[in-house]
Parts: sequence; C-alpha cells; structure tokens
Amino acid sequence: MSILDPVWTSLLYLVAAVFFILALRGLSSPRTARRGNLIGALGALIGVITVFLSMRLDNIPWILGSIAVGTVVAAPVARGVKMTQMPQLVAAFNGVGGGAAALVALLELSHTADPWVRLAIVFTLLVGAVSFAGSAVTFAKLQELMTTRPVVFPGLPVVMAAVLLAAVGTAVGVILTGSAALAVVLLLLGLAAGVLLVLPVGGADVPIVISLLNAFTGLAVAASGVVLGNVLLVVAGTLVGASGTILTRAMAAAMGRSVAGILFGAFRGGSTAGSTAVSERPVRSSSAEDVAVLLGYAQRVIIVPGYGLAVAQGQHTAAELAQALEARGIDVDFAIHPVAGRMPGHMNVLLAEANVPYESLKEMGEINPEFKTADVALVVGANDVVNPAAKTSTGSPIYGMPILEVADARQVVFLKRSMRPGFAGIENDLLYEPQTSLLFGDAKDSLAQVLGAVKAL
Amino acid sequence: MDGMSLLTITVLAVFVGFEVVSKVSSTLHTPLMSGANAIHGIILVGAIIVAGQAADPLVLAVALLAVVLATANLVGGFVVTDRMLHMFHAKKEVARSAAKADSK
Repeated sequence: MSILDPVWTSLLYLVAAVFFILALRGLSSPRTARRGNLIGALGALIGVITVFLSMRLDNIPWILGSIAVGTVVAAPVARGVKMTQMPQLVAAFNGVGGGAAALVALLELSHTADPWVRLAIVFTLLVGAVSFAGSAVTFAKLQELMTTRPVVFPGLPVVMAAVLLAAVGTAVGVILTGSAALAVVLLLLGLAAGVLLVLPVGGADVPIVISLLNAFTGLAVAASGVVLGNVLLVVAGTLVGASGTILTRAMAAAMGRSVAGILFGAFRGGSTAGSTAVSERPVRSSSAEDVAVLLGYAQRVIIVPGYGLAVAQGQHTAAELAQALEARGIDVDFAIHPVAGRMPGHMNVLLAEANVPYESLKEMGEINPEFKTADVALVVGANDVVNPAAKTSTGSPIYGMPILEVADARQVVFLKRSMRPGFAGIENDLLYEPQTSLLFGDAKDSLAQVLGAVKAL
Repeated sequence: MDGMSLLTITVLAVFVGFEVVSKVSSTLHTPLMSGANAIHGIILVGAIIVAGQAADPLVLAVALLAVVLATANLVGGFVVTDRMLHMFHAKKEVARSAAKADSK
C-alpha cells in the first residue's frame, strides 16, 4: 500500500480535528445537532482512513476483522436500545473507550525510554482504567444490577487513599524502570480506584458521574496522543476532556450541587440517602375523573414530567394526553427540569421520542414565570424538583437546587405512586397544601385513566 | 512532533473545548455528552497504530482487543447519538411522522 506524504497526513488529521470541533458546536443547538453528529462521524471516518494510508501497518486483515467485530457488536445495540436505557449504554461505550486507551498505553511502554512519554503512558493507563471500572459500576447501577443507593463501608476513605498512594508509587516506578509488570499493577490499581470512586455515588447523581468519566476518557485519549505523537488524538481527546468538564459542571449546577459534593458527599455522610419516613398529615386524594375535569376545563395546563414517568414508560401516554387537551383548545406545555429523568436532558429525549415537538418542551427558566398563569400544574412522577424545601429549608439536602415553581399554579395535581418521599428522602410540603390533589398509582396507568376520562368529557 | 508544539495544540484545544459548549441548553446535555463520548472513540486510530506494529502474538491480541473496544465506542457512540437526535423534531415534521404512523 502506498504511503501518504506526511504533509497530507497532517492535513487530513487537521480536517478531522476541525470536523470534531464543528460537531461539538453543532450539538449545542437543536437545529444543527443531528448534522453536527454526522459531521463528527465523518471526521472519525477521515481519521481512521488516514491512519491506514499514512504508515506501513502489519496485520491489516486482523485489524479490519476486529473493526468489523466491534461494529457488529455495538451498532445493533445502539440501534435497538430503549431510550430509557440509553444512559447506561453511553456509560458502557465510555468505559470501553477508556479501556482501549489504557491498553494502547500499556502496549506502547516497550517502545519508549523517554521519561516524559512514560509519564503520558502512566497517566493514560491510570485514567483510562479509572474510567473503564467507574463506567462499569455506573452501568451496573443504572441497569439496576446492583443497588442504586450510595455504597459506603467503614474505612472507605482510607482504602481509597491507600489505593491512590499505591498508584502514585507504582506510576513513579513505571516511569523510572519502564517495567511492564508494574504497568499491569498500575492498571489494576486504576480499576480499583474507579470502582471505589463510583460506589459511594447515589442513583440520581450517577449521570453526572458518567459525564465526568467521559471527560476522563477524553483526557486519557489526549495523553495517548502524546504517547503516539498523534495530533488528532491529542486534539480530539483534549476537546472532549474540556467540553466534558464544562458539561459536568453545568449538569451539577442544574442540580444545585458541586461535583466534589457528589463524589465525596457520601464520604462525609451528607449523601443523597435520606429518611423514608411518611408523615401522618392529611392529603387530598382524588379520582382520575376529578383530575380529567380539572384539566378538561382549564385554559392552560403545564405538565411536569419526572423520573417516575420515565420509569413507568409513560411518556407516550403523557404525549397523548397533551394532544387530547390541545384538541379541546387548551394550551399545554411541558416544564422540563434540567435533571428530570435519569440524566440531564434525558426527559427531553424521552418526550421527543413520544413525538412531543420540542417547542412544547419549556426549560425551567422560561416556564417558571408562567406557572402563575396556569390553571393546573400536572406533576407526573416528580417530587424533589418541585419541592419548595429547596428554597425555604436551609437544612434540607436539596437546599439551593433550583425548582419548578408549580406552587404558583392555581391547582396542582400530583400523579404519584405513594406518599413516600422522592430520591432526596425529604417530605414535600406542597403535597399538603389546599390547592393540591393527588392521584395515586403507577404514572402510566394513572395517565391512561385520566386520558380516558378526558376523552369521555 | 516536538513537545512544545503538542503543548501549544493541547492548550488551544482546551479553550476551544470550553468555548464550543459554553452556551449549550440543558435540553441537549444528554446528546452532547453522548456525542463527545463518541468522539473520544477516535482512540481507534491509536489502537490501529499499535496493532499494526505488533510483532508478538500476545501484543497483537491485546491491541486487537483495544481495536474492538475502540470501534464499539466510536460506532456505537455516533449511532446512539444520531438516534437520540432523530427524535428532536420540529412541529411540522412531527405532524408528518404522526400521519405516517397513523397510515401504517
């Protein structure tokens, strides 16, 4: 095979890198997002073709076969996965990417004696391994293969500190000696650190951890680019590391939490795990018909979908209900809290899948002033994101988290499974207010009943 | 490439990375994370280089494992992001796709 001139190689890598930048920019706006993603895929294709043309490579049939295997495994899964299970799939893809970076670094160790390159190698090994193991635990939590509650055991901080110290020591050893055996030890320590990092994180915070690990993998890829002297890997990895960091902070800010608080909150005991005590105060429980009358004769309805809706797979029924109400001339909007669903922005994807046009999906800042003009706020399977305690009670674990101001609406209807508090484990005083009524049951069943009753009006 | 040029490129890429996503709405947090996740699958290029230079069967086996993992990250990442974004319709398209669904 002919070898491409190094200048052309550099130019093609530059084109691929620019495509990645355009991809990220395109992904930042709903109108250009899909095109942005395709541009990114095109950039990746250019990068992969270029590497085959740019240098003499052995084992090409094996490599092509392995690419085919990876594609055959991943593409059908990506195509077939339910949108509610998408967060764990993203975690899985992120993990294997981190694993690949760690393996590349491990194999490059024998090719260099330069201490700076070895430094980049140990960085890639460690961060890639942390990302791989952390993503695996995240996957297990989201897939509910293990508990979604924070897992803490006495001495966890000590164990974590010991693992990190051992990792630093081993890393220094690898840099000084270039020993492959020590590098494997470092890999194992990185895996242990990844597990310990994610175990204490509670279910609702897991998505932010995916984003953080995504940034980690980006950094590992950038470091592997330094190892291989490959500019495309450096640029792409750094882009993902930087944008992933910003994204992680934006997601955490939307929840009113700090990234450090999420990672180390359980260490300090201030974790998201709370009481599940149920209060004895009276609430106004109502029937599906009552709710239908409230909705059917309103002028303006704002639906607040939450985690419970996603779990019950009720998004299609919610969309149908919105259509039925709109057919009656009622103004219907969906108020989307930034962290509704299982990961930030997830609810938007679920509702978009149910054919709700994104013009009807209103962000928190946009919709909050409008609750005052709403006749009914219909809260489906959400609790913490509408809990006024976030504004009023300073001692509350969710204090400071921005919330949807459903209390401003004339009537508030909660579709809830039970009186049990939400994930944060705190009671919602709104449930006991005179303008609030509750319809108990599975979110999808309740919605279907209300939908039937609205149609019968 | 010398260390200083790589450092320059890295620092500039950090700022570009900060800049391009600084104004993203929370609506797109999930697809953006997923798209960025796909982009780091370009580690495939590194895996191909290592596999292409492997002489020892064990090294080749590990490198090919890296190729498989990286391909899964790259291909799966872009496909799942595309599926996610496919669902963000404008109002007109929704009416059309709803009509299509009805006629089925």
